[in-house]
Amino acid sequence: MKKTSWLAGPYLVWMGLFIVIPLVMILVYAVMEEGTLSIEAFSKFMQPVYVKVLARSVWLALLSTAICLFVGYPAAMFIAGREKGVRNLLLMLFLVPMWMNFLLRTYAWMTLLGNNGLINRFLGLLGLPAMALMYNDVAVVLGMVYNFLPFMVLPIYTVLHRMDQSLIEAARDLGAGSAGVFTKVTLPLSMPGIASGITMVFMPAVSTFVISRLLGGGQYMLIGNLVEQQFLVQGDWNFGSAISMILIVVILVSMGIMSRFEKGQEGGVTPW
Amino acid sequence: MGTKLIELKNIHKSYEEHEVLSGIDLYIRENEFITLLGPSGCGKTTTLRLIGGFEKPDEGDVLFDSKRINDIPPHQRHINTVFQRYALFPHLNVFENVAFGLRIQKQPKEQIAKKVSRMLKLVDLKGFEQRHIESLSGGQQQRVAIARALVNQPRVLLLDEPLGALDMKLRREMQIELKNMQRQVGITFIYVTHDQEEALTMSDTVVVMNDGRIQQIGTPEDIYNEPNNRFVAHFIGKSNIIEGTMIRDKEVRFCGEAFPCVDGGFGEDVPVDVVLRPEDIHLGSPDKGQLTGTVTDVVFKGIHYEMLIECQDHTLTVQSTRMREPGESVGISVGPEEIHVMAREAGQ
Repeated sequence: MKKTSWLAGPYLVWMGLFIVIPLVMILVYAVMEEGTLSIEAFSKFMQPVYVKVLARSVWLALLSTAICLFVGYPAAMFIAGREKGVRNLLLMLFLVPMWMNFLLRTYAWMTLLGNNGLINRFLGLLGLPAMALMYNDVAVVLGMVYNFLPFMVLPIYTVLHRMDQSLIEAARDLGAGSAGVFTKVTLPLSMPGIASGITMVFMPAVSTFVISRLLGGGQYMLIGNLVEQQFLVQGDWNFGSAISMILIVVILVSMGIMSRFEKGQEGGVTPW
Repeated sequence: MGTKLIELKNIHKSYEEHEVLSGIDLYIRENEFITLLGPSGCGKTTTLRLIGGFEKPDEGDVLFDSKRINDIPPHQRHINTVFQRYALFPHLNVFENVAFGLRIQKQPKEQIAKKVSRMLKLVDLKGFEQRHIESLSGGQQQRVAIARALVNQPRVLLLDEPLGALDMKLRREMQIELKNMQRQVGITFIYVTHDQEEALTMSDTVVVMNDGRIQQIGTPEDIYNEPNNRFVAHFIGKSNIIEGTMIRDKEVRFCGEAFPCVDGGFGEDVPVDVVLRPEDIHLGSPDKGQLTGTVTDVVFKGIHYEMLIECQDHTLTVQSTRMREPGESVGISVGPEEIHVMAREAGQ
């Protein structure tokens, strides 16, 4: 123990009060019912209707993560390859939306996609029929991709930017064309960034309830909405806690898988 | 020595208004160990990168086997490079690093395994196949980098200050090993360094560069004994450069005395620079030398003493195995063979 370790005291107290104790409480609520140990809340979740909600949440989160990766990787590569001035400008443009309130940004999508939204009014001007753009999977995925894309781009950009350019030259020197350089050097070396990006997009995407509420509509159910409903509408804290625990396990497992790709390599922002 | 393999013709190259190469003309023969030697920023690395294909000349041509290769990308040249900091792939083990080029060529597995193991034997790294790059010492990484380049059987190997990161003892060992390897594989080595000792030890030909220009091309002996100008004389080893006058062919005056020498062709009564290597100046008793001087400083250097001698308003650096006391009067003599005369450069 170093002499300055007492400086961490305030944070340790904070962590105990607001992270450890609440987590323990959730665990207790999940496994206790009226003072006795019970797995009833968990078995309740095993009904098809709830499992379907979980499956749909995981599926949409995976889909959003994949889209973010395929859109974000080329974007990160493009930015990393620019001159310093252009690079900083492009990074700014990626970050500026994040300075705005998350709710505000999502409401903005509502005014774009709504039945009387900008897009449909524009279609009306052209004499085309209005389309149902909101309250479906596409709108929810769009909202997730829009909100979480920077979390994919930034860690990948960081890794690519820091990458030793002489490694690229070495690969070219040894006979690799652009495709060979990418698949054999750039891509494998950017795996830590990809892993960070995937984790940082997947986690908030799988647990979101705001995006699904606003862009998916009132009847639209993802696991986040289910948790919210149990606590705020149904008042079933036991069931809500049990779902939360299941969600935590889903996230831990996905992070465990991802961290295998990050071992021994630095780069990006790791949530561990 | 073989035929001309690579030729650089009047190469100019600038980065943002700053000219790094101003008219490089150079040819490199087959199986030659050639060294580009000069201080940092002299353009030696840029010259190497032009040959490797990582840079294009603004003006001039790069020829390989008499064919212009200015626009051929690096991966299509029969040239491989050992990079300054090795640039080994951190995500691959030793075997895969060495096999990289062969895998790109899609050679059959058994052949790759055979070639890689033969190459690892050559660089004395047998048994290191599965090791990770980070677990290797600097010297071992160096060898992997050489093996990775040589396994592709290039016609030319470029080496960019490959020994820069190693300690003195290892450097000396690697210098000899590199020279042996070059003889064994029998290909052209183009070596870049700022270390004159390294250049003299290993090279068949030394190209001394400064300010984007070639100062002198020659064998190590030529460069050391017959420097073309003040820059080369100063850069290669220690030297005393004294202003003098060429009286006539084979007679030069400096420090107020006339000396017989072996140089000629400058004309009569022409101002020149005279180069005297510290180990070529002999000290004796004051009544015997061609000049007399006073010892002002003595430093012990291990194999010899290095002394500063005041003589006729000049300070000469002299190396001798016999120590003299500061303040002692000494006689100075220099043999005709040991006097090297250079034309006086404009503006000096």
